[in-house]
Order: sequence, then structure tokens, then C-alpha cells
Amino acid sequence: MNVIQYFERHPDEIFQATIEHIWLVGIAMLIAVAIGVPLGILVARRPWLSKPILGTANVAETIPSLALFGFLLPVPWLGDRAARLAIAALALYALLPIIRNTAAGISSVDPAVREAARGMGMTPSQILFKVELPLSMSTVLAGVRVATVLTIGIATIAAAVGAGGLGEYIFRGLAMVNNSLILAGAIPAALLALAADFLLSVLERSLRPGR
Amino acid sequence: MSADANPLLDASADGAVIAFRGVHYELAGGQTLLRDINFTVQRGETLVLLGRSGAGKTTALKLINRLLEPSRGEVHVEGRATLAWNPIALRRHIGYVIQETGLFPHYSVAENVALVPRLERKAAPYVRARVEELLALVGLDPTRYMERYPHELSGGQRQRVGVARAIAADPPILLMDEPFGALDPLTRTEVREEFQALQKRLGKTIVIVTHDTSEALLLGTRIALFEAGEIRGIYSPGEFLASDEPVAAAYAEQLRRLKEFERGT
Repeated sequence: MNVIQYFERHPDEIFQATIEHIWLVGIAMLIAVAIGVPLGILVARRPWLSKPILGTANVAETIPSLALFGFLLPVPWLGDRAARLAIAALALYALLPIIRNTAAGISSVDPAVREAARGMGMTPSQILFKVELPLSMSTVLAGVRVATVLTIGIATIAAAVGAGGLGEYIFRGLAMVNNSLILAGAIPAALLALAADFLLSVLERSLRPGR
Repeated sequence: MSADANPLLDASADGAVIAFRGVHYELAGGQTLLRDINFTVQRGETLVLLGRSGAGKTTALKLINRLLEPSRGEVHVEGRATLAWNPIALRRHIGYVIQETGLFPHYSVAENVALVPRLERKAAPYVRARVEELLALVGLDPTRYMERYPHELSGGQRQRVGVARAIAADPPILLMDEPFGALDPLTRTEVREEFQALQKRLGKTIVIVTHDTSEALLLGTRIALFEAGEIRGIYSPGEFLASDEPVAAAYAEQLRRLKEFERGT
């Protein structure tokens, strides 16, 4: 049975796994943005924090994904549910590009613009929300895009701890030495990554400030 | 205040708007940028801080709106030390124009000019009318320019928008750091002359930083000459040209030579 036939016979099942996959990645990205953007702002504001914060995120990035899932397994609450565990690990991977791009975006705001904002009597939070964040939005989004594409790929490994998603097919295919099954997971995952990349790059371009 | 009032007479009536009292400014590393600076600016007067790069003029300017704080001594604005002011309230009281204009690239011309009135939560119809009035005042047709973005403007137009933005909330004091520095010579002369007319109409207290002698003579009611972190003297334009203080004389001499060159002698 080739992969096309497989898609024809099990469309609902594959659709279900794709939705699961999107859900894992989506929640992980929301968490990563919620943590990564504030950390990026902090790094831009306090350069001495950049080494410890970026260093930690860097180390998290270097842990092989399968091992990271294993490490998190005994953690209370997190380890209780496979999906929880997978989301935590994926969010951890997504963190580095988001922190780095947020910090880079904010630091690259023209000093003259920032000084004008200060000189006109904007409060620090007004400067952040009305000037710095809008001006660095496209750089932040570029980080989110890289992180999303990365996470869609890594999320296939989440199936190893039973979190579901498209990785199920890949692992089943590996166990059964069945290439069609592997492709049934790999092709939708690749298409998902391409689609996310395209959509986020369109959004990124639309937010780029005019110069 | 009437536009053509004599600033010196006004000064005696209202007292100093800005006063530097024994101001020193040192960097964290101990380097001294300003040493024992004393001067006052009277209401309606235009004081020019003239000097070469690194002489401390911009540092002095930033002490006025508390972008910097003095290491020793006090800067008074409207009779109150800047450190006793709420910095946000102080800066809203003072218009600020910088060389690169610092226009927000993600805001349209209208949004840039409306910035401070909006921060002060002025009603939308008032803000709109005010933006149109200000653009007309600085010589930009509101219907043509309101919706444009800074990158769609020429340098001279950006500078005009920068001035309009600084005076949008009608602050009594205006600080300008090399406001015409980034412009080509012809535009510079044009914008400068327009500004001179505007200055007479608005009657604001203005402090301008420049390294251009002819600009200082054209715009200043008085000129404070900065050299290596100190003030060498404060002169009226006439006194400045006649001064025998070495640095002032050097500036006057440079200007004279330029004039001679123009006449072809």
C-alpha cells in the first residue's frame, strides 16, 4: 500500500492527528511568546542579564529533543499528562529565537526616536508599547516564525511519550518498517511547517515599518 | 505676550525661565563634561549655545528637560529645580526638536504632530484642528501631508514636522539641538529663515544648540559660547562680533573670511 492509498483510506484519522499536532504546537507557541517576549524586553533593557538568560535558553536548545522529553517525565504535574509534557518541552525549544529576536528588535530602534519619545514626555511604558514594540514587531514575528517551524518538526517526537500528533505515524512506520506510514506523518508535518512559514512571513511583511 | 515685545523688557517683568546655577556634569567614569555652568534665559528670549562638537552644548540642553541630571549644582525651570519636577510634567512643558528629528517612522505626519496632545488626552476634533493649524504654520499643506509617513518626506519637510510636533501642545519653552544640521545648505537657509519668522510670532523661550556661527547670529538674542565644558562668555550678536575673547574672535574671524571669499577678495 503506497502513501497515496493510505491518505485515501484514512483521511479522518490523519486529519485528527494533524489537528492534534497543530494544537500541541499552537499552545506551546502561545506559552513561548508569553514568556519569551517579556524576557527579550528584559534582555534589551538590562544587557547584563543577556548572558544568563540567553545562555540558559541556549542550553535548553542544545538538549536533544528525545532526551528532553525523558528529563521532563519525572517532573510532578508536567509528567502526569503526555500532552502537558510535550507542550512544556516544545515551548522551551521555541524560547530562544523569540527572546533573541525581541531583544534585537528593541535594541535596533533608532536612538533618536527613543530620545525624542523621552524628550516629549512619554512614560517608559508608553515608549515600550507605542514606540519600541510596534517598531520591532516584524523582527519579533520573524523569531516567532523560526520558532514555529522548528517546533512543528520537533513536535513529531512528542509521539514518543504518547502525546499524539503526526509523529504517531512516523514512529509506527519506523516500528513496522513501513515507509508509507512514515510519509503519512512526515508529509503533513512538512506541509504544516511550510504553511506556517508562509502565513507568518506574510504577517511579518505587513507589519514592517516603512522607512 | 505680543510677538514683537522686547525680550529684555519682558525679562525684567517675568524673571528667568531657565537658570543654571553652578552646574557640573560628570560621567560615571569621572570625566567632566560641564564645569561650573551659570546662565539664565529670560522669557521670550532665544539663547544660542554655540561651540564645537564635544564642547558640552548638547549636554547642557539635555539638563534642561532632565534627560540628564546635574552631578553638582542645580538647573531651574520656571523657578523650580528640575529634580523637584515630575520629569514627565517637565518634558510636556518643554518642546524638543533634535537633529535627526526623531519622527516616529510608524506614525503618519498627523499622528506624529498629534502625539503630545493625544498623550494629554485632548479631544479628537481639537487635536485634528490643531494638527492642521500647525502644519499650515510650518508651511506644509495639511491636506497633502497629513497622511504621509516620514520616509515619504524630504529632509526639510521632516524638520518642519519635527518643529510642528514640538510645539503641538503649545509649550512655553522650546529646546532645539542642531535643528537644521542635517539639511543641505539651501534648504537650511530656507527653513532657518522660516523659523526666524515663526519665532517672532510664537514668542516662546527658546534654547538652540548649534556649531554654525551665522545661524547663532541670525537666530539668537544672546549667544553662550561653549568651549571644553565651560562657558567662555555670553554675548549679544553685536558684542559677539566685536569680542576680543580668543575663541569668540576666532569664530568672528572665520565668518569674516567666509564673507570675503563670497565677495571674491
